Amino acid sequence: MATSTKSSSPVEQHGHGHDPLLHHQFEDMHQQTESYLVGMWSFLVTEIMFFGALFIMYSIYRWKYSHEFWEVHNLLDWKLGGINTFILLLSSFSMAMGVHYATLKKHALVNRCLAFTVLCACAFLVIKLGWEWWPKWEHNLFPGPGFEWNEHSLEKYIKPGSDLLSVSPNIAQLFLSLYFAMTGLHGIHVLVGILVLVGLMVLHKKQTPSAQDYVNTEMVGLYWHFVDLVWIFLYPLFYLIPK
Amino acid sequence: MSAVAGPTVAPGPEERTNYLNKSHTIKSWLLTGDHKRIAILYLISVSFFFFLGSLAASMIRLELTSPTGTMMSSEAYNKMFTAHGVIMIFFFLIPAIPAVLGNFLIPLMVGARDLAFPRLNLASWYLYVLGGLFGIVAICMGGVDTGWTFYTPYSSLYSNSQVTLTICGAFVAGFSSIFTGINFIATIHKMRAPGLTWFKLPLFVWATYATSIIIVLGTPVVAITLLLVVAERVFHFGVFSPELGGDPVLFQHLFWFYSHPAVYIMILPGMGVISELIACFSRRKVFGYEFVAFSSLAIAGIGFLVWGHHMFVTSQSMYQGVVFSFLTFLVAIPSAIKVFNWTSTIYKGSVHWNAPFVWALGFMGLFLIGGLTGLYLGSLSTDVHLTGTYFIVAHFHYVMVGGTIMAFMGGLHFWWPKMFGRMYPDSWGKASAIITFFGFNFTFFPQFVVGYLGMPRRYHYYYFEPTWQVWHVLSTVGASILAIGFILPAFYLTWSIKNGKPAGPNPWGAKGLEWETDSPPPTENFRHPPIVTEGAYNYDPVADAEAVAKSAAKAGD
Repeated sequence: MATSTKSSSPVEQHGHGHDPLLHHQFEDMHQQTESYLVGMWSFLVTEIMFFGALFIMYSIYRWKYSHEFWEVHNLLDWKLGGINTFILLLSSFSMAMGVHYATLKKHALVNRCLAFTVLCACAFLVIKLGWEWWPKWEHNLFPGPGFEWNEHSLEKYIKPGSDLLSVSPNIAQLFLSLYFAMTGLHGIHVLVGILVLVGLMVLHKKQTPSAQDYVNTEMVGLYWHFVDLVWIFLYPLFYLIPK
Repeated sequence: MSAVAGPTVAPGPEERTNYLNKSHTIKSWLLTGDHKRIAILYLISVSFFFFLGSLAASMIRLELTSPTGTMMSSEAYNKMFTAHGVIMIFFFLIPAIPAVLGNFLIPLMVGARDLAFPRLNLASWYLYVLGGLFGIVAICMGGVDTGWTFYTPYSSLYSNSQVTLTICGAFVAGFSSIFTGINFIATIHKMRAPGLTWFKLPLFVWATYATSIIIVLGTPVVAITLLLVVAERVFHFGVFSPELGGDPVLFQHLFWFYSHPAVYIMILPGMGVISELIACFSRRKVFGYEFVAFSSLAIAGIGFLVWGHHMFVTSQSMYQGVVFSFLTFLVAIPSAIKVFNWTSTIYKGSVHWNAPFVWALGFMGLFLIGGLTGLYLGSLSTDVHLTGTYFIVAHFHYVMVGGTIMAFMGGLHFWWPKMFGRMYPDSWGKASAIITFFGFNFTFFPQFVVGYLGMPRRYHYYYFEPTWQVWHVLSTVGASILAIGFILPAFYLTWSIKNGKPAGPNPWGAKGLEWETDSPPPTENFRHPPIVTEGAYNYDPVADAEAVAKSAAKAGD
């Protein structure tokens, strides 16, 4: 049979009393940090599967309608997408710096990095919604009952070398459905990221116990890098389709 | 399995504080982070939804006693079986064992104070309730008529029922099970007590771990798929509707990519429960422990490769069908390993005929019939004849429902003394296990026959073949017997909470960390952090026989 090496005093409901960062269910900080990271990575796996289903749908339809997808992708502006890619890469860099400063407990510097990340995220959304989504909405290119696929709705986009009108409206709508679903879901993730980052900044400002524990910043960082990574795949798949 | 240091003799459960009597306010329950209290919350809500789903089932059975379907209109019947399916699958079978027994037991079994993320655990219960509310509101506003499978394009473009609300409910409930899965994975990986290596873990923990992997990998896929059905309904997104350029079979692929593994979300934790019961009441280490442990992971793994067998008669290619058929037969191997190893464990074990063991035997009987009839459906040629008939209805009820409910009830009877510190009358437990077993076979075996004869599923009349009536009447009579088997435990179990004899820490003489703490356990689970030195199921038949005789004499039953 076994013997106990632990102290025999009953454990308190909230923490052990000696480390304010340690939650009551864990034995020590090491176990807590590792559990948080396992939990976070498991969550990211669910996110990968979440987007994965959409990527599978995209692949199947692109394989089925490869020529049509090339035609319709001309509606998207690779320059705007490129700028957004650059912005998100910058935001990832500042996020990584933020995590670095969090391990050093330099809260002011953490907040400066996070603020820059939030700024980038907002810029991304403004470009995405204002310059990319809105014109398509305005020209009735958003999938749905009001969807139009004719000279009028496409006047801005018809260029020499492309023959947009030869694409069946249904397939065009399918491409745009996937585009709006995938970039929309990604956009929601960016929005959630902004909210989480702002919340984290408040914690760092007040220097609460959860801000003292770097792993919270690290987990937000993991989420943010994941959101960036999804875009790194979305950009070439939608904007850079080769002929 | 191991021991905790210090005196474990309790002066009487009432006098010590435990997770139940620590505080009594409603707020202390609704805002609790304690995995045991959340398990009880889940037990109550899951039972409620089981009751709702059973009501729908009894309406279905009543309607089918007449060949002309006189009780309800076709539309009402469509809504009735959809309500039955949606409630039973998303709000009972999937959460039943992981969220009730898993929540209660995983931290106890690994020797932890709680799950890794208590607030996430509570959030999961609230999401479950929210999802359930969506479902109930959908029913109150007229119900859904798509079947629980939500096949496109009917669900996305044509159905005039509450598809959007119902899908929102399933979507939210999906996140509730994702939260539970993440919690279990982190807890099992990182919070095991000192000395508790992977191969000393109880098999229920292995099974729950395999289940969590399925939940984490599968649920997001169906979540996004259902979301796209809503997008198609609301915005005409055209991903799955042929008239909008989409592919309806793609929906079926994505739907079954989750929904086939979801069957294993229901049955795998049940198999874990059965391993515990068989070992305890045979007083033996489970035969081939490692094989049983890895067969759970194998079922989880192979389970992700067989979804195409739901679509043998769709436009998927014949060669795909052959591959999926072969992979489907592969699942039989780890499933059979489990059944053979349980049988070998009982063989030459010193068997104690307590109520949980009778439930476990019932599980093995039903799972055996369900599993073997699965072979008919996994073969391409016989499936073409049997698909969409009552044969498949009977098959999946045997596996999912028979399997999961027998295991859930067995587990509930086994750990009830741990959860509430009281014994229920063992003979009542045995009686309802036997009634349930007979009721279940009575209900569903005639459906194999009538399905083989050609009765299609989801029809509410069969005036074109009135000779089928005898099978349907048999089935309905069986369902009434089955109902008795479920109503009885509701009475004697609740009765026992106040009036049962105190159970003591280990009424069954079972091994495992959960039996080394008080019944009911204190909020922090163990008064002294446990250290594990022995492997799982380290039973000593002679000593345990004496211990059980002693505790039986004490309990007077």
